Amino acid sequence: MTTVKADRAHLNSRGAQNESSTMTSEVKISVDHLTKQFDSKGKTFTALDDINITIDKGQFFVIVGPSGCGKTTLLRILAGLEKPTSGSFSIKEAASNRPENSMVFQGDSIFPWMTVWENAAYGLNMRNVPKSEIKDTVGHYLSKTGLTAFADAYPHQLSGGMRQRVSIARAFSNDPDILLMDEPFSALDEQNKTLLHEELLRIWDETRKTVLFITHSVDEAVTLGDRIMIMTSQPGRVKAFVDVPFERPRDVLELRHRPEYGEVVYDIWQQLKQEVNDSAEKAKERAVSKAARSH
Amino acid sequence: MTQTSAPLAAQVVNPARRSPKKNKFGVSDRVLAIGTPVVLLLIWEAFVHLGAIDARFFPAPSSIFMRMGELIASGELWMHMWASIQRLFYGFWLGLVPAIVLGVLMGLSRPIRSALSPLVSGTYPIPKSALLPLILLIFGLGEMSKVVMVAIGVFYPVVMNTMSGVVQVAPIYYDVSKNYGASKWKVFKTVAIPGAMPSIMTGIELGAGLGLILIAIAEMMGAQEGLGFMIWNAWQLFSVETMYVGIFVIAVMGYIIALFLAEVAKWVMPWKR
Repeated sequence: MTTVKADRAHLNSRGAQNESSTMTSEVKISVDHLTKQFDSKGKTFTALDDINITIDKGQFFVIVGPSGCGKTTLLRILAGLEKPTSGSFSIKEAASNRPENSMVFQGDSIFPWMTVWENAAYGLNMRNVPKSEIKDTVGHYLSKTGLTAFADAYPHQLSGGMRQRVSIARAFSNDPDILLMDEPFSALDEQNKTLLHEELLRIWDETRKTVLFITHSVDEAVTLGDRIMIMTSQPGRVKAFVDVPFERPRDVLELRHRPEYGEVVYDIWQQLKQEVNDSAEKAKERAVSKAARSH
Repeated sequence: MTQTSAPLAAQVVNPARRSPKKNKFGVSDRVLAIGTPVVLLLIWEAFVHLGAIDARFFPAPSSIFMRMGELIASGELWMHMWASIQRLFYGFWLGLVPAIVLGVLMGLSRPIRSALSPLVSGTYPIPKSALLPLILLIFGLGEMSKVVMVAIGVFYPVVMNTMSGVVQVAPIYYDVSKNYGASKWKVFKTVAIPGAMPSIMTGIELGAGLGLILIAIAEMMGAQEGLGFMIWNAWQLFSVETMYVGIFVIAVMGYIIALFLAEVAKWVMPWKR
């Protein structure tokens, strides 16, 4: 596997729509010329500019970008929580009656007034799934996330890492067609993060659901993803796609030990660095022009 | 998110090691809590017997308790208490139910809030006791006027606290319920109500207190029974001991209601325990 390099095809988002996919499988999510603008104080701010993506069924797709590049907005649009200004997206319908998507939100999103069990069972309860089925499914994912002993605990009794595990158990228990994850581990410390990476990969390997995962951490992206999309910031555009060449199942620590891992990370960083610098530069310019105006 | 990295098992299995309830004098808090009023009553009693205070206005506690015994024995006290309790009970529900429904609707819907909020906050500062003559005029001297007074007292704090409680529920919880396919009713039941519950309970506590004040006033003006009537009647007959009995019983009722509501709060908000 050592000869496999990351795919460095730089794609102009306005030009070609599709990146070549080496595997032949059906397309699950396709995003087509999607643009999102916000109006604030009479000015129009473009959060997402002409985004084109196709995500295969069963793919672990990661979006990496500097803060404020509109990643979360994109995810919220796919989750149906916001509407695009123009363009469209389509998610291929699942055969069964399972929900289309479930989201793991950034930060604390589990209900403080429900026990761990009630939180994990939330989606199933909302869909009126039979009690016995809820019991099996929730029990399974609580045990997978090491939460069985805390089933009756309330969130305030748990650490941040535990709470994020509940959030993951809630999303997986709901058995959605696709999983949308919005920087789920960004508030966690490094050790907890690594543990949760391992757990997430283990659970994901069981089901191989289509995942759309957002992060600002390159390490996280390379550890988890099959394919990584790098975004520019302000406006958020597609900068490049990178295929991650590592086999599954993955051992997180062993993976990070490999030289090729470092190469992929370095490669992405090179592209991202420019973006981060650019966005810092833009921020500086804005500050300078603001200062000049105020004189 | 960044707090609580303390060992978790210890936290859950061994909930908060309480410091022993003794202060540095070696007396427990409970002894102090009960001891202080008892000592004050004894001092009061002694002052009366020494002639240091005027027994016409401050009758000895012993004579107040004796009067209380008489009133209990004759069934009079119970009759008045029961009248007040019934009015409080019906008035409480009459104020509470519309207040919660309206408060949640105002919290969830911006148009409803914009339409009704000025009305509610505009009428809120009116001293409720000033409404008594009007209420008596509308509802007559029967039970209804007293029940309505209590209901008004309960309504305002509950509606305002419910509304602000619902508004303050973090938007992410509504996003979650929407993403997980909750119906309107389930959003109501699983997010808005429990999220606003601490605030709703605060409103209920305030409302119950206000209800108690208003029932006493209403019974003084337009009633032939009830604790408020008993106190007012005692003033007219210059039976100061009876007056004190009435005040004492109302105080105890208020205290019991507060304790009861604290228990209810624990029961409806198990996550706050």
